[in-house]
Amino acid sequence: MTTTAQGPERESLELDRVTIRFAGDSGDGMQLTGTQFTRTAAVFGNDISTFPDYPAEIRAPAGSLPGVSGFQISFSASDIHTPGDAPDVLVAMNPAALKTNVVDLPPGGALIVNSDAFTPSNLSKAAYTANPLTDGTLKQYKLFQVPISTLNARALEGLEMTSKQVDLTKNFFALGLMFWLYERSMEPTLKWIDQKFGSRPVIAEANRRALQAGYSYGDTTEMFHETYRVPKARLAPGTYRNITGNEATALGFLAAAHAAQRPLFYGSYPITPASDILHQLSAYKTFGVKTFQAEDEIAAIGATIGAAYGGSLALTGTSGPGVALKTEAMGLAVMTELPIVIVNVQRAGPSTGLPTKVEQADLFQAIFGRNGEAPMPVVAPATPAECFTFAVEASRLALKYMTPVMYLSDAFVGNGAEPWRVPAVGELPDISVPNAVKGEGTFLPYGRDPETLSRPWAVPGTPGLEHRIGGLEKLHGLGTVSYDADNHHRMTVLRRDKVAGIARDIPDLEVFGPGQGELLILGWGSTYGAIRSAVERLQAEGKSVAQAHLRYLFPFPENTGDVLRRYRTVLVPELNLGQLWFVIRGTYLVDAVSYGKVRGKPFRISEIVDEANRLLAERS
Amino acid sequence: MTDIVTPAAPAKLTRKDFVAEQEVRWCPGCGDYSILAQTQKVMPDFGVPKENIVFISGIGCSGRLPYYMNTYGFHSIHGRAPTLATGLKLARPELMVWVITGDGDALSIGGNHFLHSMRRNVDFTMVMHNNRIYGLTKGQTSPTSEFGKRTKSTPMGSVDRPVMPLTLALAAEATFVARTVDTHTEHMQHTLEAAGRHRGASYIEVLQNCNIFNDGAWREFTERDVRDDRMLVLEHGKPLIFGKDRDKGIRLNGLHPEVVTIGEDGVTEADLMVHDQHAEDPYLALMLSRMFWPEYPVPVGVLREVERPTHSDLVDEQIEQAIAKSGPGDLAKALLAGETWTVE
Ligand SMILES: Cc1ncc(C[n+]2csc(CCOP(=O)(O)OP(=O)(O)O)c2C)c(N)n1
Ligand code: SF4
Ligand SMILES: [Mg+2]
Repeated sequence: MTTTAQGPERESLELDRVTIRFAGDSGDGMQLTGTQFTRTAAVFGNDISTFPDYPAEIRAPAGSLPGVSGFQISFSASDIHTPGDAPDVLVAMNPAALKTNVVDLPPGGALIVNSDAFTPSNLSKAAYTANPLTDGTLKQYKLFQVPISTLNARALEGLEMTSKQVDLTKNFFALGLMFWLYERSMEPTLKWIDQKFGSRPVIAEANRRALQAGYSYGDTTEMFHETYRVPKARLAPGTYRNITGNEATALGFLAAAHAAQRPLFYGSYPITPASDILHQLSAYKTFGVKTFQAEDEIAAIGATIGAAYGGSLALTGTSGPGVALKTEAMGLAVMTELPIVIVNVQRAGPSTGLPTKVEQADLFQAIFGRNGEAPMPVVAPATPAECFTFAVEASRLALKYMTPVMYLSDAFVGNGAEPWRVPAVGELPDISVPNAVKGEGTFLPYGRDPETLSRPWAVPGTPGLEHRIGGLEKLHGLGTVSYDADNHHRMTVLRRDKVAGIARDIPDLEVFGPGQGELLILGWGSTYGAIRSAVERLQAEGKSVAQAHLRYLFPFPENTGDVLRRYRTVLVPELNLGQLWFVIRGTYLVDAVSYGKVRGKPFRISEIVDEANRLLAERS
Repeated sequence: MTDIVTPAAPAKLTRKDFVAEQEVRWCPGCGDYSILAQTQKVMPDFGVPKENIVFISGIGCSGRLPYYMNTYGFHSIHGRAPTLATGLKLARPELMVWVITGDGDALSIGGNHFLHSMRRNVDFTMVMHNNRIYGLTKGQTSPTSEFGKRTKSTPMGSVDRPVMPLTLALAAEATFVARTVDTHTEHMQHTLEAAGRHRGASYIEVLQNCNIFNDGAWREFTERDVRDDRMLVLEHGKPLIFGKDRDKGIRLNGLHPEVVTIGEDGVTEADLMVHDQHAEDPYLALMLSRMFWPEYPVPVGVLREVERPTHSDLVDEQIEQAIAKSGPGDLAKALLAGETWTVE
């Protein structure tokens, strides 16, 4: 039992895990609210996982259904892998947010609504014919009606602000209330307000007051009978920070340039959900990072190839439609054997598709999407934190094997956040490779390292190595233009073998769970968390189920075929209609089963559990 | 990053040093031979060690030129050479970069990159071989082909109007814009030299003959016996005079240039326009860029040459400013940016 200074007596309950979803109009600041709660939970020491879900329209009409923006955060005292299948608490700032989100709230879940927003006009924009707050349709939930707009406006009285400006701060009232309910400190957010609005004292004061008013409201109202504690998680020792996949990607490449001892170049054309990487790298000027916002994706990769030719660690980043434009230039990078990394933060396609939603449907494009025999290594981080490791790894492969490398992340892993144990600079691998210098005899621009089969990197400015490269086939060794049929065959096979040889230089595919048995669930990329949680659940039920998760999609780890053959059934869940499944069957002749979904949303744990159980029953 | 060591005082190079051991494969009689020869000839004059020179081309007959230059060379993809050059210049501003392109390569598939590399003032020299035809693909209409031109792809005549490359380069804010002719070898050498010395985006249109698919494209005014009367050689600070007898000139009549004869109707040299290639405003250059045979003599030479900070200068300056303000980046600090917490 706790008694606070002003409030009534209440109980403080300890929970292992809580999932909150903030939902409101895209003008309501839900992404910011969610991010602030996330930072606070992360700094406190919870394990966290987040899922920001925002509309494609920057400002859909206020109060409309397409304008709803949501942010789900799960925070926990134990290890978690997903932002949660369903929220425990839904904060709905208007009728539209309620309508689009309440379907996900399980019966008995807590529903906190801004009752001021349930006006006839907002109700009709959300296509409600009756007010759900009064017509009994919400009785299966614990409904808390809070007149957030009114209470917030009262707290801000006396500040020189328009009523519109006042209304913009109501998200912080909601945030303050949630901080109180989950016994969180307001300090990190107060500090953030100071930093963000330092030069605008009235705005800063308004946000402070809104936050505090929400917090005090929780304390003084008789509405809530309990508050909740989620203790710290037991994470491995180290220094942590909260990081999104896109942040980790940018930081990973910054670290890779350090580890490669080369300047970093990033060519890009803005596109959701990859633009954050361009923004972040553009802020690293003191590291000498050169970013180039090109006129289109073709120019972005062209400049990237030019920078790589000049000796930089050079990258280009985009999403699927942009990769489509880069196709011809990727072939040029394959042909000239220059090291670049192509970052694809995948979104739902084809064409413009669902531009802010997640999908993993660019795997075929990554592996096969070029004219001619144009093999290119493909890697895919599984979690936001892993984006860092794989940025370094993609760079290592590009430099060591003198090849373009495709780095496949997606909207879910890119925008989602989790705690990240920050590595020391000294922990970074040495991925540096030397430039070629003049030696004895004739220089061979297409001479090859016997082990890696990579060709020398002879950058302009090196005396004595003047030579010509280009998209026309080159003579083995000497590198002059060659139309010889046998030479073309030989060079094509060499390029293939070079990339295939990477399989010997990457870790084996690991298995979580029994080394053989009934069912293996094989995934790649951002589905890791959902699959992992599902497998844990199935194992707890005593089922013979294992997980293997591919981070290397081309070439596959050497033991992949062996692993697949040790299980009676292989299930491949993917946010596409069976692309890895197709490649696996083609490569290993394994009769795997596809489980594809393209609903612009990550898998729920329960969906995978159900599919696994269905298969186990069917095949037993 | 390995530092590039260049000899302090390179021995004076000759034309031969720039000739690559590679058989030249253009059609006999092609204007590209002359462009290659003049390019090789002027290269030693820049005093740049050949390892610091890079030729980047797109696709087309013109695109083969880098293979014949004994420097660094990159034969890229159709239309995209300016993008590679932009990235290379950002990464390595000290290199001297030449972009070799054709009328289709630069103005059709590569039109977007042409525009943007010019407006950014990327420090390279673009040499556009303008033969008013697609040579390599065996003779289709190009963006500079005449309206109504009959080609394999336009048997009843082209319905597309041509663009004026010089006008386009000026509109795109190129800081050096010039025209020369494949057969006017000395003029081409001077033009290449001036462009090569200019810091910033230089554009040269070379009127080039494709004797296989568009023979005589420019013959009407470039042939030896008519060129003095039909072309206007631009010289900075000099009046716009042309003609075998140097008796013709260009006078401004309202908003229009008009051809006048000195000594007729009381016209004197003082009435003629005077060329100013360094003019800050582009009006004179734009006017010259629109003048064409048969209405006017065709201007050759430098239309415009102005100083502007280059793309890589500006990028490097921002980096220097950022470092001057906050010190060089510290990776350990960047990794730990934002709030952190420690788990024991
Ligand atoms: C993506 C692509 N599309 C088409 C081609 C075919 N192609 C090669 S050169 C060329 C036109 C070249 O014309 P131009 O730039 O005027 O060069 P020229 O051959 O006249 O010197 C075309 C269409 C190609 N190589 N790549
Ligand atoms: S086709 Fe025309 S441009 Fe091409 S090499 Fe032959 S003559 Fe020259
Ligand atoms: Mg042409």
